[in-house]
Amino acid sequence: MSVAVSSRDQELIAAARRIAAEVAAPSADAVDREARFPHEAVDALREAGALSAFVPAELGGAGASFEAVAEACFELGRRCAATAMVFAMHQIQVACMVRHLDGSGWFEGYLRELAERQLLVASITSEVGTGGDMGKSVAALSGPVDGVSSFEKQAPTVSYGGHADAFLTTLRRAPEAEPGDQVLALSRRQDVELEPQGTWDPLGMRGTCSPGFVVRGRVPVEQVLAAPFATISCESMTPISHILWSHVWLGIATDAFDRARAFVRAAAKRKPGEPLPAAMRLSELMSQLSLLRAEVSLALREYGDVCDSDRAKLAEMATILRFNNLKIAASEQAPRVCQDALGVCGIVGYKNDTPFSVGRHLRDAMSGCLMVANERIHKTDASLLLIAKDV
Amino acid sequence: MKEQIRQVISEHGQLSVPIETLADDADLYQAGMTSHASVNVMIALEDSFDLEFLDSMLKRSVFESVDSIAAALAEVRSAAV
Repeated sequence: MSVAVSSRDQELIAAARRIAAEVAAPSADAVDREARFPHEAVDALREAGALSAFVPAELGGAGASFEAVAEACFELGRRCAATAMVFAMHQIQVACMVRHLDGSGWFEGYLRELAERQLLVASITSEVGTGGDMGKSVAALSGPVDGVSSFEKQAPTVSYGGHADAFLTTLRRAPEAEPGDQVLALSRRQDVELEPQGTWDPLGMRGTCSPGFVVRGRVPVEQVLAAPFATISCESMTPISHILWSHVWLGIATDAFDRARAFVRAAAKRKPGEPLPAAMRLSELMSQLSLLRAEVSLALREYGDVCDSDRAKLAEMATILRFNNLKIAASEQAPRVCQDALGVCGIVGYKNDTPFSVGRHLRDAMSGCLMVANERIHKTDASLLLIAKDV
Repeated sequence: MKEQIRQVISEHGQLSVPIETLADDADLYQAGMTSHASVNVMIALEDSFDLEFLDSMLKRSVFESVDSIAAALAEVRSAAV
């Protein structure tokens, strides 16, 4: 995992590694056990200026490359998956604004403020009643009255909703608009009322704190991105989400493998020269991990080849299929690696309090197939495959 | 050609309004065509006009209006000559 070159990139990756090891790792178990937000790690990322990594330098950010942001997700994912996923999701929102602000003075000003104050941005994309299809909305912008629109949206999950400084929300353009005629609107924390729905006690990714909310928000008209959400989704939000999430999952799987390897080495030291069945399983595990690593790395490179130079390519069905396949493959392979690591470590992997514990890794990795359900993506892909040519 | 395109859209586009009420440059997605329905429109167009779209044309924007579809069909035909 080393593709980034510039000094800004190296600084970001070094900061992510340091924060992962010194801040995120020591609190990862507590964050998981208590299902609490990883405050200390996110604060450390703020102090390092990492929340504006993707904001261009002329707007006060680090102007880091997409590859470096992806590698930072991987490094954090190796130590605390919840911290890594919060970081990844925030960067996705920033990337959507950076890539689609389309000369908007308001959004340029907002990104400057985000860099200066290290604001954390969450997204409100999922919605009750859409069957998990992000390309449809029930909630709509209404108004505007005196230049301010409003909305109410039933969101089944809002990751770190209670901890974010602002929200990017998908909404129908107007009350009479079709479900697929969506825009992306930014609301500041003080303009949003979050009414909690239910509790947050999930299997994994517990530190992302993603309960449901009824969201009531106000959006001054200049805070709506001009591009249709359909464009933002295929050129940025969907491929970037799939790539950054996959880097988080690869980080989780890599640490599970590292723990299995540490277990085997410790066993080999105890009984030098004796046959070690777990060593064979470790070798099999490595080949599983290498498949995951190859898919994640290749997708990153392919996105890098077109993300700035050929945006039209990102809208093509063959490209949409390609990054959908990344998401499906990585979200299925990462828990497989974690489960096989558990097979290598046995009971000391199953217990939650040993250096070889991989239960948290397995639970965290299992969230992948639900983040935009793989079934929903397969349904989309099945349709695209009927018409796309060279896939 | 545009009449034939309109025929295909009316059969497969699942619009929420009659196609006759829409201008040639009207946005079909805003008229209720879903991504899924647009794929069916693409398949039916290939069948009806007996041609195949190139991958570079298979994107949302190319199928957003009768005009843009007509332009794409013309492009495929001229490429085939």
